[in-house]
Amino acid sequence: MTAVTPDDFTSRLRVPRIDLEWVRDKGVYLALLALGLYNVLFTPHFNEFSNMQLIMKQVSAVLIVSLGMLLVIGTGGIDLSVGATMAIAGSVLGLAVSPGSSVSGGMGLSLSIAVVLAILSGLVVGLFNGFVVGVLGVQPIVATLSLLVGGRGLALVLTSGGLVQLFTPGLTKLSAGNVHGWPYVILIALALVVVVAVLVRRTTFGYRLVAIGGNRRASVLAGLPVRRTIITVYALSGVLAAIAGIIATARLHSADPSYLGIGFELNAITAVVVGGSALSGGRVKILGTLAGAVLMQLLTSTLASHDVPASATQVIQAGIIVAAVYIQRTSRSSE
Amino acid sequence: MTTQPAPAPVHVATAELGVTAGAAKARALASLVSRSGAVAVLVLLLISGAIFDQGFIHLDNLRNIALSASYIGLITAGMTFVIISGGIDLSVGSLFALGVLTSAFMSEYGSFWTIVVPLLCCAAAGFVQGAVIAWLRLPPFIVTLAGLTGIRGVVYYITDEGNLTPQVPGHKAFENLGQGKLLTIGYPVWICLVVFAVGWWLLNRTAFGQAVQTVGGNDTAAELMGLPVKRVKLLVYVISGLTAGLAGILTTASSGGGQEARIGDQYELTAIAAVVIGGTLLSGGVGSMVGSLAGITLWFVISNLVTQGLQFNAQDQLVVSGGFLLVVVVLQTLLSRRAAAAETH
Repeated sequence: MTAVTPDDFTSRLRVPRIDLEWVRDKGVYLALLALGLYNVLFTPHFNEFSNMQLIMKQVSAVLIVSLGMLLVIGTGGIDLSVGATMAIAGSVLGLAVSPGSSVSGGMGLSLSIAVVLAILSGLVVGLFNGFVVGVLGVQPIVATLSLLVGGRGLALVLTSGGLVQLFTPGLTKLSAGNVHGWPYVILIALALVVVVAVLVRRTTFGYRLVAIGGNRRASVLAGLPVRRTIITVYALSGVLAAIAGIIATARLHSADPSYLGIGFELNAITAVVVGGSALSGGRVKILGTLAGAVLMQLLTSTLASHDVPASATQVIQAGIIVAAVYIQRTSRSSE
Repeated sequence: MTTQPAPAPVHVATAELGVTAGAAKARALASLVSRSGAVAVLVLLLISGAIFDQGFIHLDNLRNIALSASYIGLITAGMTFVIISGGIDLSVGSLFALGVLTSAFMSEYGSFWTIVVPLLCCAAAGFVQGAVIAWLRLPPFIVTLAGLTGIRGVVYYITDEGNLTPQVPGHKAFENLGQGKLLTIGYPVWICLVVFAVGWWLLNRTAFGQAVQTVGGNDTAAELMGLPVKRVKLLVYVISGLTAGLAGILTTASSGGGQEARIGDQYELTAIAAVVIGGTLLSGGVGSMVGSLAGITLWFVISNLVTQGLQFNAQDQLVVSGGFLLVVVVLQTLLSRRAAAAETH
């Protein structure tokens, strides 16, 4: 390789070279742009603001879960328990706000305390995952798999297996309210994107996270607090899943432990992977994850509005997952 | 992700003799637990079930447990091959549904097609996934995750978005496959046992089985040794597809059709859990068919004891099963870690 002269350096700064590599790196944004453009031109009613609002509401919960998943995947781990954590948070929320007269075990607390309790329940689940993975050293897939199974059971036990209907005004406001047309839920999700971005890019914790994912052994030898970082990452994933659980519960007007959050772990992993982060860890793409989550949601609604059956949508999604990983794999091997 | 062995203590020389004895002990204990732990726990549970729960030891109950375990049991047999080869197959639940629905659709063309077409479909789906994993070198987790989504999509497509629930018109021979009995035990149980026996033979007595274990242990080394790594990786996913398809066929045969497109959702999780409980490491290279058989039997015995014996609800059973899985993997990890730490001395 030839030496890099200052001239080369500045010219690279000014004009990004648009070649295959650049396209590979920005693939998810290009795909999102193309799909958006297609919708603007060819999808009826796409440009109406109500449609945008709907998409924003639909994508919020999965985006928030994806952020937590991104942090976990960044360390080379995986969290399959996020869907169950959503269900637990939903059940805790439902029990906490419901009066004891209508639901057995209901506590009739105020909404703000109930929300805090629900988030705390996610924190506990996350800390537990972090302990099992970080301290006991169990493989993340099986450790979080056991909580996927048991956690949903716990959520069902909390509500005695039933669905808790919630007509709390505050929750309705959370799911339906907006600021100048921007739904509260997407604002919460975007705020969390910013928080996670600052965490990863501007704090020691973020550097440690990426270092551990890149080379765990080297991180141990370098004296990084590997265990603490891993516990924190899973705890954050639990908290974020709980927030998503609260939002999803508000949207359904009920805490439904049987179905709330089912399949979310896979949607979140998809968003992270399509967004360009490596499943093996060490590469954390926050904007990519945001784009990945929006892309998959937009794809679903685009195909639905063009009367493509849901079954075909699933097949297309599967193709996109494989294509996204294939493109990134070739780009890394050619680096 | 691999677990990190604890850094070796400095004062090796002082305790050298004691450590070697301890190392051998720890290693023996770890391998004993991972190899026969599931079997031992199963025997213990069966005995305590027999003592404390009158209904459990009743032959009808045992037959029912065996029958209900046999379908996911078949899937577990295929999953064992995949995991030993260092991979994972998340698509088996969807493949199972594909087997169930295609066999129900084919049932009007006679027993032969009812069995052959689902097996071909599922083997083909396994082939495609295996080819992508082996030749394009994509991570198995992602490829089979896409398979989980895509194959479920195909199942919904052929059932008109889940609106069709095809029935099996009376085919004596085919229905007999699911409902018939030999020595009072249902055919699916026997078929499952035969598949496990064949799997054991393949894994332990053939060059293919050795290759699967070598590839799972270290695929670069296997490649350098001249083993057909790609073909081995391809074949394990075909095997997994075939066993999931077979489980689907037997489900259709025993139920007479009428199954919905969402059948088999999350079966992959039960199968993976059973394989892990059976002592097969998710990192690949090491595993046992007998362990997997014990693992899936344990899973169903526990849920039976919890729901029937202790009169718990279905949700309590989930908590117990999840907790049990956790205890098993934590024990396995701690023991193998101790063995590894002892070995570094």
